[in-house]
Amino acid sequence: MSSTRGIAALVVAFLVAPGAALAQGKTDPGIAIGRQMLAEDNPGELWIEQGKALFHQKRGPKNASLEQCDFGLGPGKLEGASARLPRYFSDTGQVQDLESRLLTCMVQLQGFNRDDVVRRAISPAGSNGSDVEALALYITSRSNGMKISVALDHPKEQEMYKAGEYLFFRRSGQTDFSCVQCHGEADKRIRLQDLVHMTGKNGTQEIAGTWPAYRGAHYVVRTMQWRLYDCFWQMRLPELVYASDASIALLTYLNYQGNGATIQVPGFKR
Amino acid sequence: MADPMRIRATLQGDVADVRIIMMHPMETGNRKDAKGDVVPLHFIQSVVVTHNGRPVMDAQWSQAVSRNPRLFLRVKGAKAGERVSVTWVDNKGDKRTDEAVIMPSS
Amino acid sequence: MGSVAALAATGAGGLLRSAESWAANWNKAGFESKALADVLKSLGAANPVESRDIVITAPDIAENSALVPVAVTSKIPNTQQISIVAEKNPFPLAATFEMTSGAEGYVRTDLKMGQTSDIWAIVKADGKFYVAKSEVKITVGGCG
Repeated sequence: MSSTRGIAALVVAFLVAPGAALAQGKTDPGIAIGRQMLAEDNPGELWIEQGKALFHQKRGPKNASLEQCDFGLGPGKLEGASARLPRYFSDTGQVQDLESRLLTCMVQLQGFNRDDVVRRAISPAGSNGSDVEALALYITSRSNGMKISVALDHPKEQEMYKAGEYLFFRRSGQTDFSCVQCHGEADKRIRLQDLVHMTGKNGTQEIAGTWPAYRGAHYVVRTMQWRLYDCFWQMRLPELVYASDASIALLTYLNYQGNGATIQVPGFKR
Repeated sequence: MADPMRIRATLQGDVADVRIIMMHPMETGNRKDAKGDVVPLHFIQSVVVTHNGRPVMDAQWSQAVSRNPRLFLRVKGAKAGERVSVTWVDNKGDKRTDEAVIMPSS
Repeated sequence: MGSVAALAATGAGGLLRSAESWAANWNKAGFESKALADVLKSLGAANPVESRDIVITAPDIAENSALVPVAVTSKIPNTQQISIVAEKNPFPLAATFEMTSGAEGYVRTDLKMGQTSDIWAIVKADGKFYVAKSEVKITVGGCG
C-alpha cells in the first residue's frame, strides 16, 4: 500500500499549460441536442432492474445477498449512500469508493474470490455487461436526485484527497502526461470530445453525477473505475489497477470537486 | 445481464408519452467478431405497440436501426392505469412482448 | 430470447396486423433498395411534396455514427405513416412507422449512419406523401 502521508508531503501544484494540440470552443449546439436526446431514457436503464435483482439475490459460495452491505449509512441503506463516497470505513480501515466497497462486500458477505470479481468487473464491449457494472449502477441510482456530498472529515479522507490531487497534477510515464494537461482548462476539446475542466468545481459538477453511464460505443454500462482506467490507458501510463489506492485517491479528489452536483444515472457517453 | 425491454408510459394531458428501450444486437451482417468471423445479420424487423389491446403503431425496421434501440411514440386518448404492450419480432423469428401501465404525470 | 405470444391485431382500416404477419410483410423491396428512387417507389411515394409541417429533430453533428437519435414530428392532419431515410446509407430506408388514429404523428428512434448525409422524413397523410430533410454530419470524437 502506498504511503499517503509520504505523498501528501510531496504535494506541489504543477500547473502545466495544455498542449497546442487541444482546440478551443464551447459545445456546439448542434452537438448538444444530440447529447440531450441520447441521455434521455438511455439503454443504460436496461441494467437497473438487473442490478437490483443481483443486490437481493443470494449469490457466491456463502449464498448471501448484499443486503447487509454497509455503504456508509448502515447495512443495506442505499438511499444517499453513494452520494458520500469515497469515504473512510472503520471495518477495513480504508477510504473506499463505491466499487471497492462493493468488492469488499462481495468478498466478505458472499464469499466471492476477489481476483475473480476484479477480472470480470469491467465487461467486454458488446457483451451483456458485468454484475459489478449493474450493481454499481443500481446502487448509485438509489441516490438519484441527491447531491454529491463528499466530506473530508476523517484524516485518511483528507490524505486521500491530497494524494489524488497530487496524482492529478503529476506528469509521468512515457508520454509525460498528467490529467491536468487535458482537464486543467475550461472549453477545451480533442476533436469533438469536450474535455471536462476538473481543477475547478464547475466542470466537474457537470459530470460527477453522471456515472455510471451507458457508453454508446461499447453498448454496456461503464463505471468511474473504468473511466479512470481508460484515461490511464490513453495517457499510455501503466495499468491503473481496479479499486487501487491510486484510483480511490483520484476519485476522492474528483468527487469532492464535484460536490453539489445532482446525481442522475445512468448517464450517457458517446 | 440486463432487462430485455423497458417501457415507460407517462400521461401528459390525455396523451401517453411512451418510451421503449429494447435490448437487441441489431447486427448489420457487416461486423466481424474477435475471431475474424462475420457476425450474421440479426435485427428486429417489426415492432407492434398496442394500447388497451388495440394496435396504435406498427414499425418496420432495417438493420440500420441502432443496437439496443429506443422507440418513442405518443398515444392519444390515454388514461392512467391503462396498458401499453410492445411486441418485437426479429429476422430469426425470435420475438418478445412486454407491457407497462400508463402512469400519471409526476 | 423471449417467447411470449404475439398479439393478434385488427386495427382500424385493416392496416395493422399481428407482429408475425408484419414480419412476413416486411417491405423487402424497400429495405433492400440501394437507390433512393427505388425506396420511394416501394413506399408508393414517388414525388413527395416538401412540407414545413414535418419537423426532424436530430443532432446537426453526431459523435457516434452508430447511435444517431432521430425524431420526426408531423403536424399534417391524419398522418398515417412516417418513414425515415438516411440518404447516403448503403440501404437508405431505415424504418417505416404506421400509426392508427390512436397515435400522434410523432416517432423517435436511433439510427446507424454510414456517413454525413441528409435524413429524410417521408410522411403519408390522407393517402398523399410529404417530405422534409435535415443534414446530420458524422464525426469522430476523442482519443479512441
